[in-house]
Amino acid sequence: MSGFSSSSVAGRDIVALEGVTKRFPGIVANDSVDLSIRPGEVHVLLGENGAGKSTLIGMLSGLQQPDEGRILVDGKPTPITSPRHALALGIGTVFQHMMLVPTLTVAENLLLGGPWWQRPRTEELAARVAEITGTLGITVKLQAKVSELSLGEQQQVEILRAMLRNSRLLILDESTSMLTPKGIDELGALMRRLVEQGLAIVFITHKLKEAAAFGDRISVLKLGRKVGEIPPERFRALGEQEIVAEIVELMFGKQKDDPEAVERPVRTARAGAAPLLQVADLAVAPTDNAPGLSSISFDIRPGEILGIAGIDGNGQKQLAEALAGQRTATSGSVRLDGAAIETLSVGERRRRGLRYLTDDRLGEGTVGTFPVSINFFLKQVGAAPFWRNGVEQRAEIDKRATQLVREYDVRTPSLKTPVARLSGGNIQKVLLARELAEGAKVVIFNKPTYGLDLANTLASRQRIRDTAARGLAVLLISTDLEELLGMCDRIAVIANGALVGTVENVDDARTKVGRLMIGLAA
Amino acid sequence: MTGLFSEVFLSALLFGAVTAAIPLLLAGLGEQISEKAGVLNIGIEGMMLAGAYLGFVGAFYSGSLWLGFLTGAAGGAAVALVMALLCVRIGLNQIVIGIALTLGLEGLTALLHHFQFSRSYPRLPAADATVIPLLSDIPVIGPAFFKHHLIVYLAVALVFGMGYIYRRTQLGLNLQAAGDKPAALDVAGIDVVRTRTIAVLTTGALAGLGGAYLANVGAGLFIPFITNGAGFLGIVLAMLARGRPIWVLFGALLFGVCLSLTTAMQVAGINIPTDIIQMLPFLAVMIMLVLFGRRASLPAALGIPYERGAR
Repeated sequence: MSGFSSSSVAGRDIVALEGVTKRFPGIVANDSVDLSIRPGEVHVLLGENGAGKSTLIGMLSGLQQPDEGRILVDGKPTPITSPRHALALGIGTVFQHMMLVPTLTVAENLLLGGPWWQRPRTEELAARVAEITGTLGITVKLQAKVSELSLGEQQQVEILRAMLRNSRLLILDESTSMLTPKGIDELGALMRRLVEQGLAIVFITHKLKEAAAFGDRISVLKLGRKVGEIPPERFRALGEQEIVAEIVELMFGKQKDDPEAVERPVRTARAGAAPLLQVADLAVAPTDNAPGLSSISFDIRPGEILGIAGIDGNGQKQLAEALAGQRTATSGSVRLDGAAIETLSVGERRRRGLRYLTDDRLGEGTVGTFPVSINFFLKQVGAAPFWRNGVEQRAEIDKRATQLVREYDVRTPSLKTPVARLSGGNIQKVLLARELAEGAKVVIFNKPTYGLDLANTLASRQRIRDTAARGLAVLLISTDLEELLGMCDRIAVIANGALVGTVENVDDARTKVGRLMIGLAA
Repeated sequence: MTGLFSEVFLSALLFGAVTAAIPLLLAGLGEQISEKAGVLNIGIEGMMLAGAYLGFVGAFYSGSLWLGFLTGAAGGAAVALVMALLCVRIGLNQIVIGIALTLGLEGLTALLHHFQFSRSYPRLPAADATVIPLLSDIPVIGPAFFKHHLIVYLAVALVFGMGYIYRRTQLGLNLQAAGDKPAALDVAGIDVVRTRTIAVLTTGALAGLGGAYLANVGAGLFIPFITNGAGFLGIVLAMLARGRPIWVLFGALLFGVCLSLTTAMQVAGINIPTDIIQMLPFLAVMIMLVLFGRRASLPAALGIPYERGAR
């Protein structure tokens, strides 16, 4: 094996990944990823949520170990066994969530990790900090408590800490997600100065513009796989617009060997029919940790599938919850089959035929410790025929549950099995069975195939198509563009809580939707 | 009424207050270390009992109080080792294990005492006092504060020692990080589990020492359930002290006065039912909680087992 590493092209790499695979129960977070990290380069890792960026960082920083493949440091295969080991190898990480102790001062945080019997070397620290901050052009208040600093200042402290430990490789995990635009520009300038000093930087982001503006080399991750790389030579040759276009192609383009490849959607929309769901000017106020919605308007006709595309976290969940009645709308109207429902309760909307399949299957979708049978009827608890005078009718429940298990092909050991013990795909089937049951007119699917394996993904998609074919109106929210392109009649793109455009799903829809998603006009 | 305010009575009351405060002080300082590092140590009452029993046995058979303190501290640390294994290393629920340890040690120490001494309660000779020259001649205060066993002065010195460790040493930083943001300590290259284990073992040793003092110096004998909630008072003290050892000392003295009053008023023959007098310390706890409890700030990760890279 040693002969292999010396002959590899990665002679100049500080750190290289070779075929690294990491699995978590139910998902493959990284699938045979290769990566080469070199001094003097900002290597951008680009990908949506769930693309496997954070897992990759966890393995580089010693928090997790790869299941397959290997990591080379200075050309030698080196398992990174712990955070301490990563630091010793010169790999410093600035995590997405701040890793500073809020109750300690900046100086104390920087001193953390020294030998426990020593007195903290405050004077030595001050001298070294002055030296480093001088060359980087940043200022750091050593005596301030971390909890009093802005997020941008905290990040500078973390970068400074990595420098104090003589890091050769600095990993920045989603570092711009909590910064102001000014802070982002400052970080970009700081990264440039750091690589000019010979450091290697891995910069993780899901924002295309940052990748194009700050990077030297870009690797694109998609669903755990590396789908492409733009090396520095190409990077320099291309203009920013061309780079963005190329990344869009990598991120949203069709893979040739994609097993999920689907034929063109079957059109079942009934052109002349009146819309089943009409949403006009729907708005939701933003909260501390979620964006609001503004002036959302769309119609869905019977048999039609309307897709909602967008980068995760742009208001998709808020939209679904506002329609289902779980989130209070500040204005706007929602009409189901012509009747206004925006003031009705969650339960009443459901009774009128509006169904919502949550993406949070175990959290709000099911009660994990309850048996499969009861989970089929969670939204009918107390209602006849399954409950009479407040008493559970076990026979009725089991009879209907047996039918549903057969009809929806739920693989469960028994009706009494707690639903949390089933696989994600089978939990999804329980939810499908419950929400598509009698009386459904409009169904909202929120990320219906997220985290499912291929067989269950395909089954769920077929179930959604069948739903539309029955003449129901379907709203399909997904972050998987392939899925939307393979199923929808029209695709609307959501960004920052607003629909920025709606595209008919015809030949050039892929490019149009991709451009809308990253903030360019269609 | 004259008896209540006589010089002799007052200095006896304060002397008793200091004697009663020392076990609380040691328990409170011990609990404070664990809590700083993020471990809620409910088992401290059990650790004190183990210390009281083994401390008494050590002193009884060796005839040396100091050896008794040593066996007491070792006993407390041994119980803490169980806690560290179950709660820090394996990550079991700290409250459940803590209660189990306390109840288990209550039974175990009572049982062992019964096997060894049957129904008799042998006494240790009174502890030698280290009299501080000059200071002990001050009226009232002198005999109350400066005629104690040497370990009392050491316990008070420990308050300042702990303060120094928390504010001025690397170990202090590590402990606080382990309680406030263990992930930050981990990525800084320090083993969180080891840091917390050290903290819990120290807690056990200090609680055991407190128990040994209670039995050997305070009472001069061991009886089952002798700690009578002293460990729990220590938990209250640590929570109210907001990480400052000096506040543990003040709190311990306040509770000490209440406990001492209980005895003193009975001795002075004041006509109040003893049940009411014995409520005093616990009334003081409630009053202190109402006054200061809202401002008590606990470490963010208190009670949460640390698991690296959990997702």
